[in-house]
Amino acid sequence: MQNIKSNKNHSAFTKKNLFITAGIILGFFVVMLLAEGSLLNRQYKSLIVPIGIYIILAVSLNLTTGFLGELSLGHAGFMAIGAYTGALITLNLNMPEVAEFIIALIVGGSIAAIFGVLIGVPVLRLKGDYLAIVTLAFNEIIRSIINFLGITGGAMGLSKIPRYTNYVWVYAMVVLTIIIIYNLVNSRHGRAISAIRDNYVAAESIGLKVSKYKVMAFVIAAFFAGIAGVLYGHNLSVLKPADFDYNKSIEILVIVVLGGMGSIRGSIIAAAILTFLPEVLRAADDFRMLLYAVVLIAMMLFNSSGIRTRLEESGKLPKLPKLTRNKAK
Amino acid sequence: MGSVLEQLINGLGTGSIYALIALGYTMVYGIAKMINFAHGDIIMVGAYVLYVTVVQFKLPVIAAVAITITFCAVLGITIEKIAYKPLRKAPSLAVLITAIGMSFLLQSLALLIFNANPIAFKSIINVKTVKIGDIAVSGVTLVTLLVTLICMIALSLFISKTKAGSAMRAVSEDKAAAQLMGINVNKTISMTFAIGSALAAVAGILFVCQYQSIKPTLGALPGIKAFVAAVLGGIGSVPGAMIGGVLLGVIESISKAYISSELTDAIVFGVLVLVLLVKPSGLLGKNRIEKV
Amino acid sequence: MKKSLKKILSLGLISALTVSLLAGCGQKSGSDSTEFIIGGLGPLSGEAASYGISVKQGAEIAINEINAAGGVKVGDQTLTLKLNFKDDEASGETALSAYNTLMDEGAQALLGTVTSGAGLAIGEKIAEDGILQVTPSGSAAGLTEWPNAFRLCFTDPLQGQTMARYAVEDLGLKKIAVIFNNADEYSTGVKAAFVEEVAALGGEIVAEESFEKGAVDFKTQLTKIKGTDAEIIFAPVYYGDAAFITTQAAELGMSLPYLGSDGWDGVLAQVVDPAVLEGAVFLSPFLATDENPAVQAFVKAYDEAYKAVPDQFAADGYDTVYVMKAALEKAGSTDSEALIAAMTEIQVEGLTGSVTFTAEGEPNKGAKFVQITNGEYTLVK
Repeated sequence: MQNIKSNKNHSAFTKKNLFITAGIILGFFVVMLLAEGSLLNRQYKSLIVPIGIYIILAVSLNLTTGFLGELSLGHAGFMAIGAYTGALITLNLNMPEVAEFIIALIVGGSIAAIFGVLIGVPVLRLKGDYLAIVTLAFNEIIRSIINFLGITGGAMGLSKIPRYTNYVWVYAMVVLTIIIIYNLVNSRHGRAISAIRDNYVAAESIGLKVSKYKVMAFVIAAFFAGIAGVLYGHNLSVLKPADFDYNKSIEILVIVVLGGMGSIRGSIIAAAILTFLPEVLRAADDFRMLLYAVVLIAMMLFNSSGIRTRLEESGKLPKLPKLTRNKAK
Repeated sequence: MGSVLEQLINGLGTGSIYALIALGYTMVYGIAKMINFAHGDIIMVGAYVLYVTVVQFKLPVIAAVAITITFCAVLGITIEKIAYKPLRKAPSLAVLITAIGMSFLLQSLALLIFNANPIAFKSIINVKTVKIGDIAVSGVTLVTLLVTLICMIALSLFISKTKAGSAMRAVSEDKAAAQLMGINVNKTISMTFAIGSALAAVAGILFVCQYQSIKPTLGALPGIKAFVAAVLGGIGSVPGAMIGGVLLGVIESISKAYISSELTDAIVFGVLVLVLLVKPSGLLGKNRIEKV
Repeated sequence: MKKSLKKILSLGLISALTVSLLAGCGQKSGSDSTEFIIGGLGPLSGEAASYGISVKQGAEIAINEINAAGGVKVGDQTLTLKLNFKDDEASGETALSAYNTLMDEGAQALLGTVTSGAGLAIGEKIAEDGILQVTPSGSAAGLTEWPNAFRLCFTDPLQGQTMARYAVEDLGLKKIAVIFNNADEYSTGVKAAFVEEVAALGGEIVAEESFEKGAVDFKTQLTKIKGTDAEIIFAPVYYGDAAFITTQAAELGMSLPYLGSDGWDGVLAQVVDPAVLEGAVFLSPFLATDENPAVQAFVKAYDEAYKAVPDQFAADGYDTVYVMKAALEKAGSTDSEALIAAMTEIQVEGLTGSVTFTAEGEPNKGAKFVQITNGEYTLVK
């Protein structure tokens, strides 16, 4: 959304690219400092990996929900497919850690992407709330089948998955996800995707292959959700089908909406805050869920009911990424 | 053969509850155009209010039922006023997330007040089991079916015949135009939520009579299933909700009995996907023309 | 007026949030040398909350008792015990960070996790830290595979085998129907061992019906069982599900006897008419109506503190604290390695029976069968 400029200069050594590379390296050192240094206690250190995983999930879901404008309640299903595929690979292959994990990430993401095609097809026919319920249905079908199959360990799930995920892998994957999705949405394809969201008929009438772009968005989002799943499984070392029910999808959706539809930066910030929040509220024990709910409602009201706009206009608040209107009705 | 009939009746039992909840879902969706995720939790609130009035205050059943329905209707209006109304111009997703937050809120409040332990509750409906040959139909199932049917007919008549009903239909078509026609949009939407929540309260009452147990999360799963039922039948359509609910219950029961009890959820949701692919607006839904 | 009020409210909430964020960062608590901090992990919210709450409350009773009696003699000093119990929502993801919080706050041994799934996710991490872990109620087989991990309760497979032998050998019933929760590792774990053992003993499983988490309607599965020639129903489920199953079976006019698992403890409070449970037998390590004076003292203390009748989870929590106390006394030190080594040398007379531990971390203790007769729990043998 923010800029349509870039892309003109294809040389790898432009000032901008140098800046970005420096930023990525600097970012890595900051993460390393946080993860290895004594600045944070163990609890907060252990949040670095989950935050990264949720950033990947949120940014990829933002592609379908924010940029394509299709409400998806099935992201956890893709995540489950990636997680299980990846775990089965590392549990059954006897290869060096790095090789095994790279294979797990690629195959996990790819299988999830194949399922993305399956779900992408109904997307061509359904819109809005109907699509939401169908994606939710897919999520539950996937969970139910994983629970039924023998190879996935049924209800007991898989355990003793090697703990390969660490902040280095997560950081690399987060950067990869952001770069690819950022470049995608700012490319011709990305503008086509946003055009479909803003005006379906107009997009079609100027010759955009609407179905191609819709499926594309779903497949790419599924791919990254699969990767996040692989990271998730190799962080927890156990997987259970119950961890991937529709509530997980809702959790990811909440991050996207709170961060701002169509805002990658917003997704990143919201992923960090919402992973952090329950931990901070842990001290409140019995009241934790209640506080979470109240904060969630309050933030939604604050963000969307015009209070923030007024505050921002009067200069009392810095301008932050906004929810874009979903005009497709 | 007898067992097939028995299984159909089992399906009818759960299906009639789904149908009743789906009526409320479909009503709110049809008029306010929002998926009220907290609808399932209003059922839970209804169940607890009934418990408090009947067991703790020892009120007569009729009074308890009346209080339960009124309480939930008022709760529905309040929730709408506080959480949904300020977001009427916001993107539909923002409202959805707020509704999810509201669902968490109601559940955690119930958890704080009544704790997580389920409470056993004696059914207030004392209708004897009806036996036809070998097959027994429980009284509660019959009452549920009857109540659902009455609610459906009353709701259909209300929407199509009364002045308030026409106002609702007008708001559903076009809020701005309805306002210009002198319809009080706020009042109409409040009324929609009141009726929807009252229906949820009725569903809550029948739910606890059928299953005789109350816990803070009791509304979540039936809520989702009823939502599926409403979509299956064509969301926004009152008879569709009824048909969708009963159908869902029967499909569940038959697939548990004759295919696999482990794959039931996959089958139920699979049917939903198939129906929507063939008929994108659900069984009885109107085909909406894409407006630009 | 209205709008500004809302503005203030929203701002208030946001600032409250910020304050709590900042407050969270500043928290640090160390242990002083006369205290031994036991970290606790279990679900205090969500579906499984009642188990975590029971364990926590049972453990608190034990800790108050021990501290009131002067604490624990460890070597030449006397320590008081402190319980720091965190909510893990029965989820591996939450358990991992809750465990890290506990370690930040100086936990020296872990009482937990209450549920198996959470425990499997963090077992390796705890083993890396090397502290003593005793799970009061986590019953999945893999939970004790680390050298520092012990459990107080029966494993799922052991329970399944015990119940199979009870059905086939003691009751002489060969045709058995099973109904279980296929989304729950406890239920599927007990069921798998049960089915295997029944086959080995020459019995027959005539129906194997499953249900999903959160299900409330079991009539379809029960109707199917009704159509078989089953002589007994085995239901390795938690008490809430057990109440639904037995009530609905009665509505369908079924009168088969039941065998349950230890999850049935507490089922009487969940049914409207106790007659539907008449004759049901289940395995339970603890019975609140047991006349054993230690049990009665615990029931009394529990009622005074929490206005409730303790269940087996509460007893498990209570016993686990005493197991840790015994290990501390035996080891004569708070060093984790010494504590772990001491575990195999102690014998604890707990509310759930007399228990010793094997080097593999499993408990040696007798099984108690409980039968429901006339709406009361009674011990079978």
